[in-house]
Amino acid sequence: METTVPKLIADTTFERQSPSVEALRRLLKHRSAQVGMVLLGILIICAIFAPWIAPYDPIKPIRTATRRSTPCIHFLGCPANKEQHIMGVDGNSRDLFSRIIYGSRVSLKIGIQSIGMAILVGGLLGALAGFLGGWLDNVIMRCMDVLMAFPGILLAIAIVAVLGPGLMNALYAIAIIEIPIYARVLRASVLEVKDRDYVTASRSMGASNTRLLFTRVLPNAMTPLIVQGTLGIATAILSAAGLGFLGLGNQPPTAEWGSMLSEERNSVFNAPFLVFFPGLAIMMTVLSFNLIGDGLRDALDPRLRGSGA
Amino acid sequence: MLQFLAKRLLMLIPVVFGILLFTFALTRLVPGDPCYVMLGEKATKEKCDDFKKRFGLDKSIPEQFIRYMGNLAQGDFGTSIVDKRAITDIISERLPMTVELTFFAMIFSSVFGVLLGVISALNRNSWADMGTMLIANMGVSMPVFWLGLLLAYVFAIWLKGTPFFIPPSSRLSAGVSLVPLAKIWHLENLTGMSRFLLQLISNSAILNGILTGNITLVRDALWHLILPATAVGTISLAIIARMTRSSLLEVLGLDYIRTARAKGLIERLVISKHALRNALIPIVTIIGIQIGGLLGGAILTETIFSLPGVGSAMVDGILMRNYPVVQGFSVVIAIIFVFTNLIVDLSYAYLDPRIRLE
Repeated sequence: METTVPKLIADTTFERQSPSVEALRRLLKHRSAQVGMVLLGILIICAIFAPWIAPYDPIKPIRTATRRSTPCIHFLGCPANKEQHIMGVDGNSRDLFSRIIYGSRVSLKIGIQSIGMAILVGGLLGALAGFLGGWLDNVIMRCMDVLMAFPGILLAIAIVAVLGPGLMNALYAIAIIEIPIYARVLRASVLEVKDRDYVTASRSMGASNTRLLFTRVLPNAMTPLIVQGTLGIATAILSAAGLGFLGLGNQPPTAEWGSMLSEERNSVFNAPFLVFFPGLAIMMTVLSFNLIGDGLRDALDPRLRGSGA
Repeated sequence: MLQFLAKRLLMLIPVVFGILLFTFALTRLVPGDPCYVMLGEKATKEKCDDFKKRFGLDKSIPEQFIRYMGNLAQGDFGTSIVDKRAITDIISERLPMTVELTFFAMIFSSVFGVLLGVISALNRNSWADMGTMLIANMGVSMPVFWLGLLLAYVFAIWLKGTPFFIPPSSRLSAGVSLVPLAKIWHLENLTGMSRFLLQLISNSAILNGILTGNITLVRDALWHLILPATAVGTISLAIIARMTRSSLLEVLGLDYIRTARAKGLIERLVISKHALRNALIPIVTIIGIQIGGLLGGAILTETIFSLPGVGSAMVDGILMRNYPVVQGFSVVIAIIFVFTNLIVDLSYAYLDPRIRLE
């Protein structure tokens, strides 16, 4: 009887991928992150190609349009002799769809820039506090406690009170309220990494503190910061919309979703679409970052998988 | 427990000091001469000198700070630049509204958040679970004021003519009003902190109604809070539901739950007595963290429902450059927030004896 012995294929190798490639692979397979990335992709395309996608100017009123007229889509049976306005016309006779498209630029800008600033400042403070310890740690973290003692939006309002209302000032205010979060996250992460063997080894070989911090500790302590940063962009966009809604952020006529909502809030009972679409745009944008953030957390730290529910 | 409380109170001192320093710095950081900023460009030099003297701005910065702290300790928050009213009066008028809204939003989000989380965890991967988590994800991403506007639209327009109709109206219905407690209790001569506290209680429609036995007032005030509290509480509800689900799932997988089931306990007791109590610590943490968000949500939402609260007072303060008002509200809310967090910390210590011993 002849037996078949499975052949050992000598050249089968299991390629070991770097942790970041592994994480990226896991992220791309993550179901909710996929939804988030598609939403964010659409948003980025809208922001970059706004002038080509938007059928009208976002700021100039359309003379032929009736104020607060309902959405008119030819495809869905709106008479061809009427001008097409997918999301209707706002109270200043501007095409709402065009304003929503342009609004994506402002939201992305605020979200990414403010969190970028917060990560830079907060991360640096947290890293120094965690790495150097002692009185510096105490001073920095107590200052962070004071900033955390204010409810976020209240602190943002107080900062805007000093700086004055406006888009850039809202951006700074949001960056400041987010600083303590990143300081805390990075401090905790640095505290965990700084006692690892490879850091001790490097230190015993005579590496300076700066070198240790920037080449050994920080690169290995960044994971929680990446997750927190993505989720933070979502919060920042919500805060910016809130400030815009209160009239303290973006000033008209620039298209920004929060202030668009605020301008039309009194017409919610007779032209609800003017309130519905800007809110939906904010929700979808925030949702995309939240979903990607959840996916990143699962992908970067397999131990936590599923714990975020 | 007392020792724990004393330790936590001591730790609050630097934070409260920091809050005072920060809010003091707020008005001093305004670019330009505070006098011209507050009185306008056309103010004369004499007017400015008088203004600086009145507000102590001619003194050195440390002196000004000590004076500021001294005034606060006596319950003096300064006067509004626009209408010369005492800031304490404005705070006692506006703060109860925001606190009531935050409180009911918290009750709403905690009760329904934990309930939805438990349902989700017990029916893991079912339609109920997926539906709850979908709503939770959307809830986390919604701007609170947008939800408020949508709720106002649905309940006032769609449900008009049904028993579910709720008017998106102001604090109280026409014809219902509250009588100041000072008047009823003949305490009109009170001054300082006690007057401030009495006004705070008196201006809270619900407390006022309960204390004076005015049921109509309480019912009407609660009725008007349903929509705003739902709007403000929804985001927190979503977060609490997510946390309850994951925390309960984690606990349900532990050995002692298996033991409880093995010894024949009925499932309801296993969940309520064994699992939920231990799953509660992270849930209480998350509820505590939500308080700031809820306060912020209340500030953003009250304008939609024409509720006279802190939000509109602060925004008006900023637009009219009425800095003492902004400063006063910031101090009071930050201090309330700090003490609420203390209560949350104490509740952990109650739930988890290990924390007390640390």
